[in-house]
Parts: sequence; C-alpha cells; structure tokens
Amino acid sequence: MEERVLSMICVSCPVGCDLRVRVQGKKVLDVEGHSCPRGIDFAEAEVANPTRVFATTVRVSGGKLPVCPVRSRQAVPKERLFDISKEVARLVVPAPVDIGQVILPDVCGTGVDIVATRDLKAKEESA
Amino acid sequence: MADMQVDVAIIGAGPAGVAAGIGAREAGAEDVLVLERDWDLGGILQQCIHPGFGLHAFKEELTGPEYMHRWIERAHKAGVAFLTNSMVFKMESDGSLWVMNPEKGVFHVTAKATVLAMGCRERPLGAINVPGSRPSGIFTAGTAQRFVNMEGYMPGHRTVILGSGDIGLIMARRLVWEGARVEGVFELMPWAGGLRRNIAQCLNDYGIPFYLSQTVIQVHGRDRLEGVTVAGVDEKRRPVAGTERYIACDCLLLAVGLIPENELSRMAGVDIHAATGGPVLNEFYQTSRPSIFAAGNVVIVYDLADWVSQEGVAAGRNAALYAAGILEKPVRRIEVRGGRNVRLFSPQNIVGSGDVTVYFRVLRPIEKRCRIFAEPGLFERRQRYVRPGEMNEIHLKGAALQALPETVTTITLDAEEV
Repeated sequence: MEERVLSMICVSCPVGCDLRVRVQGKKVLDVEGHSCPRGIDFAEAEVANPTRVFATTVRVSGGKLPVCPVRSRQAVPKERLFDISKEVARLVVPAPVDIGQVILPDVCGTGVDIVATRDLKAKEESA
Repeated sequence: MADMQVDVAIIGAGPAGVAAGIGAREAGAEDVLVLERDWDLGGILQQCIHPGFGLHAFKEELTGPEYMHRWIERAHKAGVAFLTNSMVFKMESDGSLWVMNPEKGVFHVTAKATVLAMGCRERPLGAINVPGSRPSGIFTAGTAQRFVNMEGYMPGHRTVILGSGDIGLIMARRLVWEGARVEGVFELMPWAGGLRRNIAQCLNDYGIPFYLSQTVIQVHGRDRLEGVTVAGVDEKRRPVAGTERYIACDCLLLAVGLIPENELSRMAGVDIHAATGGPVLNEFYQTSRPSIFAAGNVVIVYDLADWVSQEGVAAGRNAALYAAGILEKPVRRIEVRGGRNVRLFSPQNIVGSGDVTVYFRVLRPIEKRCRIFAEPGLFERRQRYVRPGEMNEIHLKGAALQALPETVTTITLDAEEV
C-alpha cells in the first residue's frame, strides 16, 4: 500500500504541536513534530479512528436555568458527533440535576454515557 | 446597614477569586470573604462548557463547569465564605468595599487586604470602528456563548465570526453542533488570535473557512442583520480595493480581544498599566496600593484558566500574609521592561528576594527556532516558536536577582530568532 504523509495539529493539550505523520493505509509508520508521547497516541487515533469529547447542553424542566451542560464521559467517534447531537437535543431532563449524573447512557450505541457537568437546582430552591 | 470586617476580601468568584480564597485560608487568614455579583459561583467558566480545562491543575481534561466545581468544593472545605448576588459598586483607596445585595441592602466591607479578581470583558463592536448599520444579530462571542450554553437561545442560523480569539473559535464549533452554518472566521491580523488546537478542532474538523488578513468593512440590514461585506487588508490593516465580497448572514460574532475589568481598581487609585490594562503589580501580586492585590484576567489576559487559578492561590496567600503583617518587606525595586517584540507582561516590578515568574506575550509570531530571555543574563530558553496567542514564562532566580549590581534597576524581556 502506498505511503502518505499527513499534516495535523495535535489537540491533546494547549501546545498544539504540528505533526507530520507518515502512514501506510491506517498504519502509522512514524510521527514527527510532537513534543510528548501523547502526540503519537493522537496521530494513531486520528488515522485509525478519530475521536472527540462532545460537550453540549440539554433542556431542563423546572431548573434555575433552562439548559444544563453535558458531555460525553469519554471521547466518541468523530463521525458520530452529529448523530449524538441530534439524540441529545431530543431530551428534556427534570431539575434538579447533579454533576456527573448520567443523562443518556450508551449514546447512539457508542458505549459512552452523556453526563451532566454541573449541579442545577430546581427553580423554587434558593441558590 | 450591617457592616462587615474580614481579614481578606476578594472581588469575584471566577477561577481567580475562588482560588484566591483558598490561598488566603491556607495561609492562615481567619475570615475570607468572596463577593460575587452573579447568583452562582464560577464566573465565566460556567458558560465554557467545552473540555480543555484542568490539564495542569488536575491532570485531566475537564469542562469549565466541572473544573470550577472542583475548585468551589475545595474552597468550601477550606472555609472560604461567599456572598452571591452581591455587587461591589465602589472601592476606597484603603481597599474597603461598598457592596449591595437584596438581603442586606448597601453595606461596607472593611478588609485587612483585598484581592481584585474581576476578570475581563470582551471588546465590543463600538471599539472596532465597523461602518454600516446597527441591526440586531451582532454579539460578542461570549454573549452568544452565554445565550447558547446557559439560556438556551440560538443567536442566529448563518454566522460570520470576526476575530480569531479562542471564544470565537469555540463558538464556531458550538454553533455547527447546534445545527447553524458558520460562513467563516475573519482575522484582521496575518496570524491567529487563539490557540492552534482550537483552529484544528473547532474549524478544520468542520471545514469552516479561516481567513487571515481579512476583516468586516460593512454591516448591512436595518432591523435584523442581513449580511456583511468583508475585504482583505494590507500590511497597515487598510482594506484593499477590489477584494470586497458580500456574505449573507443573520449573525455576526465578535472575538476581537479581551480587556481587564478595572473600574473598581481605578476608583481605589490603583495604578493601571498602559499596555496590559490591568493593575501594575509586583511579584507578590500587590498593586500600587499595598493592601490591594490582584490575580487572573483582571491583571493580564491568560490563555488557560489553570494559570489563572494558580495565580489566584498565590495572590490570596500573599494577601493573607499582608493581612497578618508578615508579607516580606521590599528589599529593592527592579523594574521589568518589555523589549521590541513584547506586547505585554506581568509583574512589572520585582521587590522581594525570592524566585519570580514573569508572564509575557509577544507582539509578532516567530515560527522558527527562537529564544526568550531576560537581560542582563538572568534567563534564556530556546523555543520552537513564539506566538501572540500563547503566553511565555520567564523564570528568574531570587539569588541571581539579588546578585545584580545596585546600579541595575531594570531588567528587559524579549523574544528573538536564533
């Protein structure tokens, strides 16, 4: 199989190293430009199965705010982000919400849970 | 009117203020009070729901609300007191505060030391001279972020983003995830304002075009925004005739810079630095008013909340030591200066005997081997690049500073190619 060189920016941390990744099919042959081992892990994942952590909000009924922030507990396949977004957009969660509470288990069959990222009290309660 | 007396009063319960509370309590201050104008704690990080926080502080990547949740829990455990819905509307030169809230009305808070932790605000449309009408649909990126992430409103369906600050990049991705179209990000300068990883994961991942050396030269629409005209700019940032093009949109987001929020500091007579827009500080985070300290984006706008928290802890600690009368007394005064490629830096004065970290931002990027350094001969580090969007750190050893001849009263920072 033909060798190719891909350019990418590592998003593992705020440094944002420029990577040059030599690949054959989905196999990484070598990585240049990284300044820590996470760059290699990132390049391999990016070639084989790119993933991202997804963060959005869900609608809340009876809460101090009308929406509550949520995230995928782990990274999910990048190509599933829009399916997940649509799935999460359908939900309405009753207040109160606790940080870490599972809002949607196994979202879109990815095996990853959508969890709340803040406490959100019900409207009647005081802050 | 029930007045309050505390050891350390802190203005603002964002990352800097919450951390300052912890630092003050851990350094032995008995009564530590954080005043917050919002009904909830956490400041701007409440609306920063994306991951990217905590790699330094907690060794894992958290969203803004999760990151603040941990710090707030730590603060509660440390015995920090908070008053929410409490607006500080005046600060006296002794650092005492006039506050109002719905329960207590107007009251006066006297403190042995005060920490400024008010954060920063976004540059608005009025600050950047864009010709045309003023229809609805134009927001700062942070306002749009609050609408989408906390209030459940979409600011528009077809968006143009002016400026490439991190909040604008984050909002580009956020709006795409919510089903909106982002026509492009337009940056006046020939380089990006935000972090490179945000260009990658917020724009490149979704095919959002990113234009350097281009800007919005006209806003169109009477009641609602209908479109903008964009154009390329020359090296003096003047629009180039013939490069104009019209883009239909119902939303324009501005990510064109952040300004430290220092109205209260000015009222108290705290010296404000012309370049940073924040208080002039020494390495103890102490302003020109000795009982008033400052930390976080009210001083200088940081790239990462983790640094803000770290600076907050240190400022709170020093405020507590000052309140107890045991903060190190000045031994000599050395002024820090920025060289040709330095846009801003903090602290500006060094007065103690210990090690000091100076943060600085460059004016222009250097995309090759370069060095950052402090003269005379105090520090040098080789780097693969320096960029305006990324803060640099200079580490000065206390012993080396003290060994400087008496005739040396300034040190100079800079970054240059090697």
